[in-house]
Amino acid sequence: MKDAFGAPQSLLVLGGTSEIGLATARRLVARRTRTVWLAGRPSPALDAAAAGLRELGADVHTLAFDALDAASHETALDKVFAQGDIDMVLLAFGILGDQVRDEGSPLAAVRVAQTNYTGAVSASLICAKALQTQGHGSLVVLSSVAGERARRTNFIYGSSKAGLDAFTQGLGDALHGSGVHVMVVRPGYVRTKMTLGLPETPLATTPEAVAESIETGLRRRSEVVWVPGALRVVMSALRHVPRPIFRRLPV
Amino acid sequence: MPAATPPTPVTGWGRTAPTAARLVRPRTYEEAVAAVLAGGARGSIARGLGRAYGDAAQNAGGAVLDMTGLDRIRTIDAEAGVVVCEAGVSLHRLMEVLLPLGWFVPVTPGTRYVTVGGAIGADIHGKNHHGSGAFSRHVRELDLLTANGEVRRLKPTDDLFRATAGGMGLTGVILASELQLHPVQTSLMTVDTERATDLDDLMARLTATDHRYRYSVAWIDLLARGARTGRAVLTRGDHAPLEALPRRAQGAPLRFKAPHLPFVPSHFPPGLLTKATVRAFNELWYRKAPRHRTGELQSIAAFFHPLDGVPHWNRIYGRGGFVQYQFVVGHGQEEALRRVVRRIAHRGCPSFLAVLKRFGESDPGWLSFPRPGWTLALDIPATLPGLGGFLDELDEEVAAAGGRVYLAKDARVRPEVLVGMYPKLPEFRRLRRELDPEGVFTSDLSRRLNL
Ligand SMILES: Cc1cc2nc3c(=O)[nH]c(=O)nc-3n(C[C@H](O)[C@H](O)[C@H](O)COP(=O)(O)OP(=O)(O)OC[C@H]3O[C@@H](n4cnc5c(N)ncnc54)[C@H](O)[C@@H]3O)c2cc1C
Ligand SMILES: NC(=O)c1ccc[n+]([C@@H]2O[C@H](COP(=O)([O-])OP(=O)(O)OC[C@H]3O[C@@H](n4cnc5c(N)ncnc54)[C@H](OP(=O)(O)O)[C@@H]3O)[C@@H](O)[C@H]2O)c1
Repeated sequence: MKDAFGAPQSLLVLGGTSEIGLATARRLVARRTRTVWLAGRPSPALDAAAAGLRELGADVHTLAFDALDAASHETALDKVFAQGDIDMVLLAFGILGDQVRDEGSPLAAVRVAQTNYTGAVSASLICAKALQTQGHGSLVVLSSVAGERARRTNFIYGSSKAGLDAFTQGLGDALHGSGVHVMVVRPGYVRTKMTLGLPETPLATTPEAVAESIETGLRRRSEVVWVPGALRVVMSALRHVPRPIFRRLPV
Repeated sequence: MPAATPPTPVTGWGRTAPTAARLVRPRTYEEAVAAVLAGGARGSIARGLGRAYGDAAQNAGGAVLDMTGLDRIRTIDAEAGVVVCEAGVSLHRLMEVLLPLGWFVPVTPGTRYVTVGGAIGADIHGKNHHGSGAFSRHVRELDLLTANGEVRRLKPTDDLFRATAGGMGLTGVILASELQLHPVQTSLMTVDTERATDLDDLMARLTATDHRYRYSVAWIDLLARGARTGRAVLTRGDHAPLEALPRRAQGAPLRFKAPHLPFVPSHFPPGLLTKATVRAFNELWYRKAPRHRTGELQSIAAFFHPLDGVPHWNRIYGRGGFVQYQFVVGHGQEEALRRVVRRIAHRGCPSFLAVLKRFGESDPGWLSFPRPGWTLALDIPATLPGLGGFLDELDEEVAAAGGRVYLAKDARVRPEVLVGMYPKLPEFRRLRRELDPEGVFTSDLSRRLNL
């Protein structure tokens, strides 16, 4: 169960090697989290991630989970919930793709959309149902500022996050009053392996900062969290910039 | 079988950690039995008036039995001062009915809006704990509905009675009980007030003269620092004898009046409870208290339940809610108490008047909270950054001093810390495993703390 400050005792991370996901897990293990499930594609990195959290004192399990294989989601995830309540699900998988390449390679673009959107739709619905049966829990979804307004330079990824963001908000409304809390997290540029080698944008931040904002969001039972918080203002201004100007902005 | 609502969000008085449950309101023993047997995989928990601050009367995904439908007062023996009533009867109701007959509830908490079931379930204490003990000391017998659907009549010497007193609803549903009452001549209190300049002065006064009063409590200003750390106002008193009343009031000495102010709206603007406003309030309140006054006549409501005059006052903490931290440390552990008070004062938690009290002898309830020593209770907004870690540190101090936190107020203690605080917890768990292996009685509290 979560405590009065929203700190969960059990955590399921979808995308178990995600740097943001693991920074969040470490922060929550330092508070109340004792049981962690890391769901991801089996790899040495996934095992290493589990070992790292075990060292912090958590009881860690891994499970095979591929976002692109929606047909397998239900069986895989139901197994986790069958072993006990999950207080928080963190949906952290995603791929950035390569905009320039993917524009010329529709199948690669579809892969971005299927991972970030379709895969998340399936996994979120399954987790939401299980949480609803429990009558409690938080579903925390890593969206992105990129989904707030699609940009010329990464609209494939951006549109997948826009879809995910809209879906998650709707799901949050559907679950209102069910005891389940749904929270959309919109980070800007976060320094992780996903952004490695890409030019930094202003307000760039760290996985640890995202983790801290998630913990605060849990405490306040927020529905939307921006990281850093200043992005909320920046993006609400950018949203209203006319298209001809927005197109040419170096964002 | 009474109908259940669809899943509905439920919280405790502190309004933190809402979870959804089906609500069922049994009105008879038979309906209660049917509801428990139909509880389903996630079980049931009894709920009274929801005055426990944390998650004790919640059950995510399961059933919450609203016991206020079992609200009959069955018999009153006005000679012996014994009442038999169902568990959903509130102490407010008992006062209304019993005061005109010259009887008072044996123990009342800081609110009248608790049920008899909740009073036994949490084994509550009042300002008279130093002399009269906890609520269960005055329970002569109770009917408990257990996991297999059986109703058992329990005496205070039964193990199951002792597990139930303070057992937070986890041994079963209390359906009714027989209570020994306290005789009074009037419905007024005579009250002595004095100020204590700091924590040591306060403890010295309480130690020296508490035994002279039936009721005793101190309101302590936890924002005062330096030499004034722990300054407090003591209010102590007893039921007024008939001759203490002014002549005009002697005609109707047992009238019970409890005025209400308008209640706090559901969208009270948050942010009014800052350190500065709370500090100003505490300062004002300390200054306006008389240095020393004796024999003042006060109503029962004013003396015991000042907050009940403002319905829904818990809303002033806004959506994020608040936690109440209450602990006890034994006599001889005054240094631990001083350290905790200093740490709270140093941190500057925006906490309204906190309460300090000296407890008397314990009662045999396995998870009953009171034990001889000092208890401190304070309210803090839950959204205060870093509060979780800070309270964990206080837990360490309390546990190291052999003390404990109060489950009826708790929404955040760590399970591994709790074990050291309640030595009878293993016995409690064993009894639960035997009597209720399937977890027919389950609450968010029991899930969180593995009770
Ligand atoms: C303003 C205020 C002041 C307070 N002051 C004090 C104080 O001075 N001293 C003190 O000790 N407490 C105090 N409390 C706490 C309160 O007295 C306890 O939490 C009490 O248990 C609340 O009773 P309730 O009927 O509201 O029960 P709930 O809050 O609904 O339930 C509390 C617990 O009792 C169990 N329970 C309720 N009914 C039954 C039943 N029929 N059978 C079995 N279990 C049952 C529940 O499962 C739960 O575990 C105060 C609370 C408030 C809000
Ligand atoms: N970094 C940023 O700047 C930034 C900004 C905003 C939002 N986000 C979002 O935050 C989330 C986490 O990002 P991150 O920065 O932590 O990146 P990361 O370290 O690269 O993590 C991405 C995760 O997604 C997993 N994943 C990818 N495809 C998958 C699939 N088909 N099935 C299962 N898992 C798959 C990866 O697992 P493998 O180990 O198997 O590859 C990895 O665990 C992502 O949704 C990302 O879009 C990131």
